[in-house]
Amino acid sequence: MKFLLVEDNLDLANAVSSRMRLDGHVIDHASNLEDATAFVETEEYDLILLDIMLPDGDGRDFLKRHRASRLDTPVIVLTARSQVSDRIGSLDLGADDYVTKPFDHAELEARCRAVLRRKSGSAKSTIEIGGVVFDPVAGHLTVAGETLSLRNRELRMMELFINAPGHVFSKQKLADRLFSYDDSVTDNAIEVYVGRLRKHLEPSDLKITTLRGLGYRLDHDH
Amino acid sequence: MTTNPNVSGSLRNRLVLTLIGGAAVLAVLLFFAVRNYAAQVAQQGQDNILEASVTSILDAAALRDGVLEVDIPYAAFSMLTTPTDDRVFYAIYQDGVFLSGYEDLRLAAAPAQSDWSFTSGELRGERIRQVSASRTLVGLGRQTEIEVVLGQTQDALSRTLDQISRNAAFLGLGFFLLTAALSFWITSTTIGQLNKLTTSVTRRGPQDLSPFKKPVPREMAPLVMSLNSLMGRLDQSLSQSEDFIAEAAHRVRTPLATVRSYAEATLHRVERKENREALRAMVRAIDESSRAAGQLLDHAMITFRTDHLVREDVDLVELIRDLVQRLTPIAEMKELSLSMTGDPTVPYSGDPILIQNAVRNMIDNALKYAPLDSTVEIEITGKPEIKVSDSGPGFLPEEIETLTRRFERGKNAAGTIGSGLGLTIAQDVAIAHGGTLVLTNQPSGGACVILSL
Repeated sequence: MKFLLVEDNLDLANAVSSRMRLDGHVIDHASNLEDATAFVETEEYDLILLDIMLPDGDGRDFLKRHRASRLDTPVIVLTARSQVSDRIGSLDLGADDYVTKPFDHAELEARCRAVLRRKSGSAKSTIEIGGVVFDPVAGHLTVAGETLSLRNRELRMMELFINAPGHVFSKQKLADRLFSYDDSVTDNAIEVYVGRLRKHLEPSDLKITTLRGLGYRLDHDH
Repeated sequence: MTTNPNVSGSLRNRLVLTLIGGAAVLAVLLFFAVRNYAAQVAQQGQDNILEASVTSILDAAALRDGVLEVDIPYAAFSMLTTPTDDRVFYAIYQDGVFLSGYEDLRLAAAPAQSDWSFTSGELRGERIRQVSASRTLVGLGRQTEIEVVLGQTQDALSRTLDQISRNAAFLGLGFFLLTAALSFWITSTTIGQLNKLTTSVTRRGPQDLSPFKKPVPREMAPLVMSLNSLMGRLDQSLSQSEDFIAEAAHRVRTPLATVRSYAEATLHRVERKENREALRAMVRAIDESSRAAGQLLDHAMITFRTDHLVREDVDLVELIRDLVQRLTPIAEMKELSLSMTGDPTVPYSGDPILIQNAVRNMIDNALKYAPLDSTVEIEITGKPEIKVSDSGPGFLPEEIETLTRRFERGKNAAGTIGSGLGLTIAQDVAIAHGGTLVLTNQPSGGACVILSL
């Protein structure tokens, strides 16, 4: 996925970008409306994350121009402003969704996924390894010609593994990715989800290996 | 919310009373003026007749062979005939000595200084008008003075006067009534201008702070001008404080977002348990504070909107469907599903932003306590009623009463992030729409919150 992040606070932009890259996305960062306009004119993005208060203007004006020029790239507004009226205002202007700062990265991700799913059934985002086709947007996994829908946590775990085959993920890392901060997580819960994925992947060449004391890894049998 | 002004007197009453009081005084003055004038004219008429009568008597007097002879002409009395048969008295004196007639008439008459003297007085218990005149007769070297006094009762005159008084009274009353009606009319048209201004101020929406443009009478222009300048200042300070809140929220939340994102990113790299715990606690604290800030701002906005409720026609089902769609990603993150049932459309007249916010808080609440892999059910009925139920632990019966209070949280909320304002907001919205918020537990377990509008 290719994202454009329009955010004037560099620290926040770096944090969000690095987190998004960690998930395997490509991120361009614009810190003002001028740059953002230039990016949009030259590149094609799957999604735009747009801050409202920018040094050279209001993000909503950008949104208006963006929609006026018939660009249908989905836009998620990042707002720090007073809650209700502002959020509804941005939706009226053509934003697909909004996230209030400070946001849970998992929520941002879930919203991006929901927006992308609504906007397109886009097959271009699929990943194919070892006879398995994974569509993270639709949440579909096709194994041996059979397509099944993944539950949210299965989906996120699968995304993590498939973006970095051969990489070892500790239980903690997986828990961080799958659960929010107010969920109480047991190691057992991770095992449950790993178990489910293993079952889904059984007919394919992919398998999840347990490395005792270290974690889990996605392997590709040849 | 609105303080009643300190009312002292009424402009309308004051105007009406002044105008009517003035009219009454004028009417009474008019009555007396007309009556007096009429009385004068009537008196003048009687006097003229009396004078003519006396003149004719005096003319008939003559000195014959040195003896005074008075032959009172018939006309002298016939001209005094009145419809009420007023009585006539006369007395004739020669050089101050009573000659003929009613002797007591002289007593009532003042000694005549001039030729003619008119006086009013009383004779034998009746009011009379009397006139006396004298004439000097000369004959045969003798000079004598004849004096004639003529009096007439005033029955006819007072009857005429009574009639005139009655007419004058009618005239005065008519004048009074006409003026009173006029003053009512004038007062209500004048006050009507003020009322028109008041109505157009009252009928404005709570957000409308634009100046008045409609024409007003010149005398009201200063009032409208100061009203406009007041609204201008209000508008400015409102938008300033709105900008300020937005700016403040932006300044506080952006760094919080940065801290949170870094903390999350760091968590992915840190392995030691204590560090991880610290980072998690940090993220939780940030969530808590930003959520509280958000809810406080929401609460302030909702208090404002409930105070100035503006209703518009909405379809509750469509409104809630939008909301459910928006909350679905959050539910999915927790492996929960949202299901919506009920009537196909529920038209309602209310504030959509408030209703959405209330239901959002109800669903948020349910999502927080619902167990893994469960469904939060949202039901909309035509009553209209919005019911949100989950299969979590439910409410503790002893806490149901207190949970809608501000900052009040249940005992089983210890592990979750929340501000204690969600249900307060939902209840405020319900009350503003003339409805209720009911917290119950389902028979099958789990909480159920019902918003009736």
